[in-house]
Amino acid sequence: MKETSTGTRTTVVAHGVFRWPRMLSPTGDAGDAIFRSLLFCCALLIVLLLAAMIAAMAYRARPSFAQFGFDFLWGRSWNPVEGEFGALPFIYGTVVSSLIALILSVPLSLGIAIFLVEQAPKGIARPIAFLVDLLAAIPSVVYGLWGIFVLAPFVREELGPPLQGLFGWTPFFRGTITGIGMLTGGIILAIMITPIISAVVRDVLAAVPMAQREAALALGATKWETTRVVLANGAPGILGAVILGLGRAIGETMAVTMVIGNRPQISLSLFDPAYTIASVIANEFTEATGDLYLSALIELGLILFLVTFIINALARLLVWSVARRTQPARV
Amino acid sequence: MSTALPKIKVATERAGNLNLFTPVVTAPKIRVEGLNFFYGRTQALHDISLDIPERVVMAFIGPSGCGKSTFLRTLNRMNDIIPNTRVEGRVLIDGRDIYAPGTDVVELRRKVGMVFQKSNPFPKSIFENVAYGLRINRLVRDRAELEARVEQALRDAALWEEVKDRLKSSALGLSGGQQQRLCIARALAVRPEVLLMDEPASALDPIATQKIEELIVELKKQYTIVIVTHNMQQAARVSDFTAFFWMGRLIEVNTTEKMFTNPDQKLTEDYITGRFG
Amino acid sequence: MSDAKASGRADKRRRALSGLMTILTALCALSAVAVLLIILGYIVWRGVGALNWRFLIETPKPVGEGGGIGNAIVGSLLLIALASVMGIPLGIATGIYLAEYGDNRFGKFVRFIADTLTGVPSIVVGVFAYSAIVLPMERFSAFAGGVALAIIMIPIVARTTEEMIRLVPTNLREAALALGAPQWRATLDIVLPAAASGIATGAMLAIARISGETAPLLFTAFGSRFFSLYLDQPIASLTVQIYNYAISPYDEWHAQAWAATLVLMALILAINVTVRFFTRRRY
Repeated sequence: MKETSTGTRTTVVAHGVFRWPRMLSPTGDAGDAIFRSLLFCCALLIVLLLAAMIAAMAYRARPSFAQFGFDFLWGRSWNPVEGEFGALPFIYGTVVSSLIALILSVPLSLGIAIFLVEQAPKGIARPIAFLVDLLAAIPSVVYGLWGIFVLAPFVREELGPPLQGLFGWTPFFRGTITGIGMLTGGIILAIMITPIISAVVRDVLAAVPMAQREAALALGATKWETTRVVLANGAPGILGAVILGLGRAIGETMAVTMVIGNRPQISLSLFDPAYTIASVIANEFTEATGDLYLSALIELGLILFLVTFIINALARLLVWSVARRTQPARV
Repeated sequence: MSTALPKIKVATERAGNLNLFTPVVTAPKIRVEGLNFFYGRTQALHDISLDIPERVVMAFIGPSGCGKSTFLRTLNRMNDIIPNTRVEGRVLIDGRDIYAPGTDVVELRRKVGMVFQKSNPFPKSIFENVAYGLRINRLVRDRAELEARVEQALRDAALWEEVKDRLKSSALGLSGGQQQRLCIARALAVRPEVLLMDEPASALDPIATQKIEELIVELKKQYTIVIVTHNMQQAARVSDFTAFFWMGRLIEVNTTEKMFTNPDQKLTEDYITGRFG
Repeated sequence: MSDAKASGRADKRRRALSGLMTILTALCALSAVAVLLIILGYIVWRGVGALNWRFLIETPKPVGEGGGIGNAIVGSLLLIALASVMGIPLGIATGIYLAEYGDNRFGKFVRFIADTLTGVPSIVVGVFAYSAIVLPMERFSAFAGGVALAIIMIPIVARTTEEMIRLVPTNLREAALALGAPQWRATLDIVLPAAASGIATGAMLAIARISGETAPLLFTAFGSRFFSLYLDQPIASLTVQIYNYAISPYDEWHAQAWAATLVLMALILAINVTVRFFTRRRY
C-alpha cells in the first residue's frame, strides 16, 4: 500500500475505510482460476493420453522385446506355430505399398490442388474441392469392400495383363495375377491419401502471398510460369503434405487388409500377395494365442505408432513453416 | 509529476447504507501519476500525469500510434489482457489506486465503462445485449427491474424509440450507428461513473456521428467521459478539456477552447494547424 | 527483327505449355471426382437390391435365412453416443484452453501433440484400448470401443474448437470484460456462443469420421450377433459387420455388406453435406 500522498484523508479513505463491495463480484479471480485449472486439466489429459499409449503398449510388448530384442525388426520369418516372430515382411509390405501409393498419388494431388487454387474459377473450384474432400469421408472398410469387388477384378483382368506384357521382363511384374496383392493395395491407398495430400497442398498454395503471383504476372509470366513461382514458394509445405500422406498410408488398415492378400512374404513382384504392419494386427490380434504372439503384435503396434508419430511431427513442422506466414485462405 | 495535492472533500452521503460509503469527489475524478507503459521492452507511454475532473468530457487527440488509445485502456485495466505488458505509476479513481494489489478488476470495469472503436454487439438479441452487464454483475433483483434498467439505458443512449418494438431480434440486424449506440446503452446499463470511448464514431457516417456526439454532450450531465478521437473538429465540438499526446508523451492538457485557439506548446500548435501528422 | 520473331515463337510455346498444364491439372481434378462418383454409384447400385425394412431391423442370421443389421445400427449409434459423450466435452475444453490460454510453451506442446495424434493410425488406438481396458477387464466391451473412438475424436474437436474461437473478434471479448465480466464468464457467455456453429461443425465432422472407423473396434467392441445395450459386453457395429461379411465367402453376405455400406454412407454423407450447406447462424 503506497502512501505517497502523505497521511491525507484521501489516502486513508481510499485504502482504509472505503471498500468496493465484493458481493457484487461473487467470483472475481477465484472463478477464473478454477475455470483455467479445469481447462488445463483437460489439455493435460491429451498429453497424458499420449504418454499412456506409449507406456501401455511398451509394457505389453515386453515379452516379445525380451525374446527377440532388435532382431525383431529384421527377422524374416513370422510363424506363430513355431513361436518365430520377425517383422521384416510387414515392414517391407508397409513401405512398398506406401511408396506405390505416393508415386501414384503425389502428381495427381498436386494437379488437383494447382487446378483448384491457381487455375479454376472460384465458382467451379468450390464444388470440386468439396467432392474431392468427400473422398476422405469414405470409410476405410468401404474402400476395402469396393477394392475386393471392383478394383481387384479390374487389376486382374484389365490392368495386370498389359502391364505384364510391357514390363514382364522386370522382376516387379511377374507371376500370376490374382488381383489381390501389393499393387491393388497400393492403388487403394493412393485413392485414399489423394484427398488428404491435395487438401494440405491447397492450404499451402493459398497461403502463398498474392504479391508473389502479381510479381510474376507483371513480368509477363504465363499462368503456368506463375504457378511454378508459387510452387517454389510453397515447396516445404508441399513436402510436408506428401509426408503427411505417407503417414496416413503407413497406418491405413482396413482397406489394405482386404485387398493385399495377407501373406507374410517378401516378393519383388507387385502382383504377389503381401502383408502390412497394420494388416497383421487387424487380422491376427483376436486370434493370437499365447503371451508371446500377442506381445509381438502389440510391439508391431508400438512400432507403427512411433513411426507415424515421427512422420506426422515432421510433416506438421514443414507445413507450419509455410502456413504460419499467413492465415491459410480456404478454397 | 504534479505535486499539488488534490483538494478532495469526502462526504458520507447515503450513510443509511451501513458499510458502504460513496465518496463524492468534486475534483479530480481520475488522477494519473507518473504512468509508464510497456509492451514487452518497448515503452509505449512515458511518465504521464493528468487529472480528469468529474462530469466533464475530456478528449485525447494526437497522431495515430501516439499512445492515446493505450492510455485510455490503462484507465480500466483493459491492457491486462494483453500478454507481456507492464504498468508503472499510479492511476487513482476517486482517490483509490486501481493498480494497487487487491484491486477487484471486475468491479473496476463495472465502474469504468468502455465503448470501442468498432461497434461490437454480442451475437444475442438487443435486449440481452443491454441486460448482459446487469445479469453478470447481479445488479437487479427481478425481471421487472431488469426490464426497467434496460429500457432506461436504451433511452439514455437515444435508441429506445428505434428498437422498442424489436427488443428480441438480433442486435446484428441494426445499422452501424444503431449498433454503436447499443454498445453505449450496454455500457450505461450498469451505471458506470466513468465512460471511456475509443474513437466511437470513426467507423460511422456523418449523420450517425452527429447522433453520437449529441449523446456525448447529453451524457456528460451524469458521467465523466474520456474520449479518444483522431478527429480534431470532433474534439472541439464535444469536449471541455483536451489532452494532446505525441509519441507516447502527454504534451499538453488544456481547456478545449484554449487548446484550439491559443495552445501553450509549439508542438500542439503545429499539430492542430496541420503542420505535421 | 529475328529477335522478335524468335521471342514470338518462344511466346507461343510458353502459352501452349501453360494451356496444356491447365488441361492436365483439370484432368487430375476430374479423375478424382470420377473415382468418387464411381465408388458412390457402385455402392448405390449394389446396395439398393438387398435393402428393405426387415434388413434394417433384424439381427444377423445364418447364410440362406436372410437376417439384417438392426443390432449393428443400434450398436453403432451407442458407440458413437458413448464416444461423443466422452470425446466432445474433453475436446471442446482442450480447444478453449488452447485458444484462451494456449500462447505459451505448454499450449504449443499440447497443440503439437493434438495435431500429431490426429495422424496416429486408428488401429494403434485399438491396440492401446485393448492393452489398457480389454486386458484388465478380461472381456471385449462396448465401453472399450467407445473409449477408442473418443480418443480419435478429442484432437479433432480440440483443434476445430480452437480455430473457431480464434475467429471470434477480440473486441467482443473485450466488450464483455469492460462490462465487468470475469474472463471465464466472457468466454462462456459471449465467445463460446459466437463460435458455437463452428464448434458444432467440428463435432459433427468428428462424428462422421468415427462412424466409419472399423480398425479400433475389431478388438475392443469386437462384434455381436444380438441386440445389446450393455456397456460391459461386446457389441455389434455397422463397420465391423461390413468387414466380416465382405471377407466371407457367401454371395448373400456380400450383398448384405453392400446394403449395410449404403446405410453407413448415407449417414456419413448426410452429416458432411448438412455441415457444408447448413452453417447458417441464428444471430
